Amino acid sequence: MNAPVTDRHPAVLDRTAETFVLNLGPQHPATHGVLRVKLTMDGEYIVHAEPVLGYIHRMHEKMAENRTWAQFMPNMGRLDYLAALSYNHGYAMAAERAEGIEVPERAEYIRCITVELNRIASHLLWFGAFVLDLGGFTPLLYAFDDREQILDLLESVTGARLTFCYFRFGGVYNDIDDNFITGARAFIKRLRSRMPMYHDLVTKNIILIKRLKDIGPISQEMCRRYGATGPVLRGSGVSFDVRKHEPYSVYPEFDFDIPVYHECDSMARYMVRMDEMEQSMRIIEQGLDKLPDGPVMAAKAPKILKPAKGDYYAAVEAARGSFGIRVVSDGTNTPYRLKLRSPTFSNLSLFSEACQGMILPDALALMGTLDLVIPEIDR
Amino acid sequence: MRLEAIRQALAALAVTEEVEVVKIIPAPKPAEGEEAAKPTEVREKVSQTMLFTPDYKKKGFHLDIKVLSAELPAAAQVLIDQGFFLEAITGVDWPKERQIEVVYDFSHWAELCRVVIRTRTDRDQPEVPTISHIYSGANWHERETHDFFGVKFSGHPDLSPFLLPDDADYHPLRKDFKA
Repeated sequence: MNAPVTDRHPAVLDRTAETFVLNLGPQHPATHGVLRVKLTMDGEYIVHAEPVLGYIHRMHEKMAENRTWAQFMPNMGRLDYLAALSYNHGYAMAAERAEGIEVPERAEYIRCITVELNRIASHLLWFGAFVLDLGGFTPLLYAFDDREQILDLLESVTGARLTFCYFRFGGVYNDIDDNFITGARAFIKRLRSRMPMYHDLVTKNIILIKRLKDIGPISQEMCRRYGATGPVLRGSGVSFDVRKHEPYSVYPEFDFDIPVYHECDSMARYMVRMDEMEQSMRIIEQGLDKLPDGPVMAAKAPKILKPAKGDYYAAVEAARGSFGIRVVSDGTNTPYRLKLRSPTFSNLSLFSEACQGMILPDALALMGTLDLVIPEIDR
Repeated sequence: MRLEAIRQALAALAVTEEVEVVKIIPAPKPAEGEEAAKPTEVREKVSQTMLFTPDYKKKGFHLDIKVLSAELPAAAQVLIDQGFFLEAITGVDWPKERQIEVVYDFSHWAELCRVVIRTRTDRDQPEVPTISHIYSGANWHERETHDFFGVKFSGHPDLSPFLLPDDADYHPLRKDFKA
């Protein structure tokens, strides 16, 4: 058995020591997709890490220039396939802002409810996969069992289980029914009863605590320099959430909190996501209670969009941070330029600096807390 | 207000450009019995400071500034001192004007204030200074912009292909690129 590592803070390395290059990925299970990291190692310690991207780069931004505004919506399900509805939402908001379309209130409520369900599904999958990274297999099976309920619910209204294309410019394409509402309430009841089990089984587990507590520090200053957002930033003590900071849709109508932890370590980022699931459940409950009657599509929404010339920006809080879209319109029926600002692109960019001097297993735990989805980084 | 503070701090960096403005001069009132003359259109060149505060509800950002590319590091320094973080860097190709526009998006944690800095560079030899020594995250965004538009960021530590294959010698987001 190895000797216990007592000093878990990043080591100050002897730069003259002999090093070797270790290739992590692009097919390594811990990198969750096709991410490759070129690691320069000094024994067990990381001297330098260089993420290598582009294995699943599909050039969505060029695709946008070759099709109409509405035809690009299916692409939004293929960026972050674990929380695709947030990306639907961001793109719909950008186009609606450019064209000046008003969305009916019921549609906005449905959008928030489904986006929050999708956020819980994403966090549940992250929870399972992350604990699997650390060597615990069982929680993954429980988490997938719960996530399955959400996928069934969302399938009943959106028609898809993963790559959602549910929002339209001016609303959503399908109204929710009573089955969905009772199903969502039953799911919340179920997950509320399961959360204490997750905390007993995993959060209070001594192995998990030893692997995460005080490991992988990310300071606020580093977050600012790299533009990190989402749970990574909130685990570093900054209360920044686009839903509160830049209120959109009907989020101002809901009473919910932004979980913030000040420890800046991997445990803090773990706790932020676990607490966010409860907050999302609060939003869904309030949304179902307040759900107004009415149409789910704006009556006068144009079929073909031709926004006025100019730049437009829209941002939403996706499951992994602030997702932004900058569109440049030249007045025709296709976007002239469309930029996708993906949160994990910025979050991963700090990995190289943050993991210096760490031992490899700790760096993998740190990478897990960044919650990477590679198709969204490569786009 | 942070917006006012940052507007004042950046105002000195904004460029002044000749903008063509169309003015319509109404015809003088016709004398009795005469037909009314048509209003005349006059195209005038007006010099304008390229600093705008657009309507946030319509546009999604609060401050839009165009600077000379040489002033980018100075502008980034002002923004990081004020606590702004970098959202993204991207380009826009304008083949008719033979220019490439580089757009920087900034935002703030404490207050809702989105700042857009833009600059234009020659399309045939696009080059702007890097801000990766100020915002570390700019490193990747600049590499991506170099991949897609061929913009050279002078002073950048490593502009090798990032999202594109290692042997890529094309810039796919330029308007004349056909797959």
